[in-house]
Amino acid sequence: MIKNGTRLQSQVCDTQVIVVRSADSLDDLRCGGEPMVSLDAQKQPHADLDPDFTGGSTMGKRYVDDAGAEVLVTKAGAGALSVGNTRLVLKEAKPLPASD
Amino acid sequence: MSIALLLEMAVSGDPHRLAVVDRGTRFTTTELSRFASGGAGVIGTAGVQHVAYVGTGGHMLPLLIFSSARAATPFTPLNYRLSAAGLQQLIGRLPEPLVVADPEFVELVAGAGKRVMTSEEFTQAASAAEPHEEFADPDEVAIVLFTSGTTSQPKAVELTHNNLTGYVTGTVEFGSADADDAALVCVPPYHIAGVGAALSNLYAGRRIVYQCKFDPREWARLVRDERVTSATVVPTMLDRIIAELEASPTDLPTLRTLAYGGSKVSLPLVRKTIAMLPHVGMVNAYGLTETSSTIAVLTPEDHRMAYAATEEAVSRRLASVGRPVPGIEVQIRDENGAVRPAGQPGELFVRGPQVSGRYTGIGSVLDADGWFPTRDTATLDDDGYLFIGGRSDDTIIRGGENIAPAEVEDVLVEHPNVREAVVVGVDDPQWGQIIVAVVVPEQGAEIDVEDLSEFVRKALRGSRTPDRIEIVEQLPTTDTGKVLRREIIRQLSENLRSAT
Repeated sequence: MIKNGTRLQSQVCDTQVIVVRSADSLDDLRCGGEPMVSLDAQKQPHADLDPDFTGGSTMGKRYVDDAGAEVLVTKAGAGALSVGNTRLVLKEAKPLPASD
Repeated sequence: MSIALLLEMAVSGDPHRLAVVDRGTRFTTTELSRFASGGAGVIGTAGVQHVAYVGTGGHMLPLLIFSSARAATPFTPLNYRLSAAGLQQLIGRLPEPLVVADPEFVELVAGAGKRVMTSEEFTQAASAAEPHEEFADPDEVAIVLFTSGTTSQPKAVELTHNNLTGYVTGTVEFGSADADDAALVCVPPYHIAGVGAALSNLYAGRRIVYQCKFDPREWARLVRDERVTSATVVPTMLDRIIAELEASPTDLPTLRTLAYGGSKVSLPLVRKTIAMLPHVGMVNAYGLTETSSTIAVLTPEDHRMAYAATEEAVSRRLASVGRPVPGIEVQIRDENGAVRPAGQPGELFVRGPQVSGRYTGIGSVLDADGWFPTRDTATLDDDGYLFIGGRSDDTIIRGGENIAPAEVEDVLVEHPNVREAVVVGVDDPQWGQIIVAVVVPEQGAEIDVEDLSEFVRKALRGSRTPDRIEIVEQLPTTDTGKVLRREIIRQLSENLRSAT
């Protein structure tokens, strides 16, 4: 299973995420339809953004799946996040007042 | 996740946003990031294992936090009000540190650590240095803070990158602030709230306006001139701000929220603030150094409801610290470790990613399941609101009965002639301990000891009425307003001995 705190990048757009809560499902984490790779890995030169997985993700938001996995978007991009062919869902947060 | 990533995200979110305002110094997110990369270069070149800072903060605090993070080197802001000996002693406990000091404190730290630089020298070197970026292991220590040492020797609390980013990402929505939002930060850099403010406001996308030396009139001026929308103060600052606003009424039209915390605030002061600033949402934030800042929040909505409520269960929440933030679990335990139900007092235990509970030289004090004993006595109500009683160590045992000082203090400060009150236990041959109240009168008011005793007796049982009431002009406190109970007890015990 991928480690909490692992940073991953999309191969087809600018998206970067960090794993907040890992689950086995994240072994098949994709962005824009292509597998996400670690930040220091080489991107495949010929991978293309899958038109079924566009729409992007929002900077600084958390995305979750049914298995309990959670990732935080640390850089926004054009591709949508998915596990296999199932899109991750935006996790709504209850806003807290500024306390410090 | 490393705290350096918080800055990286802030730049990625809006590279041109004004992030830090400190008198004439202004940094956008990109400028802060560039300076921090250079600062990391300076730290890397110095070959040190730690970075310490002695100064009043302002832009130097975020600069040093992120420079150190990018150099994967732990950072400690120190209390600049300490004596030279006090500073040298704490610096001596840090491994091979680079000591950065504001010019006015350089003499105090001469020869300390591996190397001393002034803040100006550091900033200049940072602007010229080769940018440097090292990725810290997120489980490594990012910040070490010394506790104020009101009850014992200062302890060095270790906060990891994961503790701090757990706090920030767990309690703050990235970029959630409006473009015009500004936070006025006047808490000192060596306080966990100062560190928390530098990280969470940057992450929220809120411009940070620094006031390095607190002054209530200047504070109000900054709120107006910098169009400040949120601010955080410790109770003694709140008291002085309200006194200033009473003396010279000032509009603070942009201020939306005012957070207070750091030590217990008296209810009459909270009520007065709500009455004077009805358009401002009050926020009570409770946290410890060991928990990477805030773990419970009483929101503006909670304040308004409690203030307006006639039902006792709701109105009493004005004295609570609210409910735990997301990611924090709480338990109230009895002295045998059994979890107590709502309404029953005990020691507060907390658990969550932001909780460190680790000290240099002592190790982790978390239990096997990751719970941290706060050493604060507390109660939860039926709706999960948390009431803090005080430090377990301060509990008075009079004739076998346990008395939380806060219970008596809360009654005392409601008396119209009482400004501040502290209740302590003093050793006594007959009772084990007796209850002594030390009170500061309101300006121009006189306190009749008999009358005040009667006032307490009406609200509490006779066994909780102070055996003695001492009237003083002021209480000994730390510079963030924490009352030095040990010092009060020491003085009282000496007076007792010399009287007999």
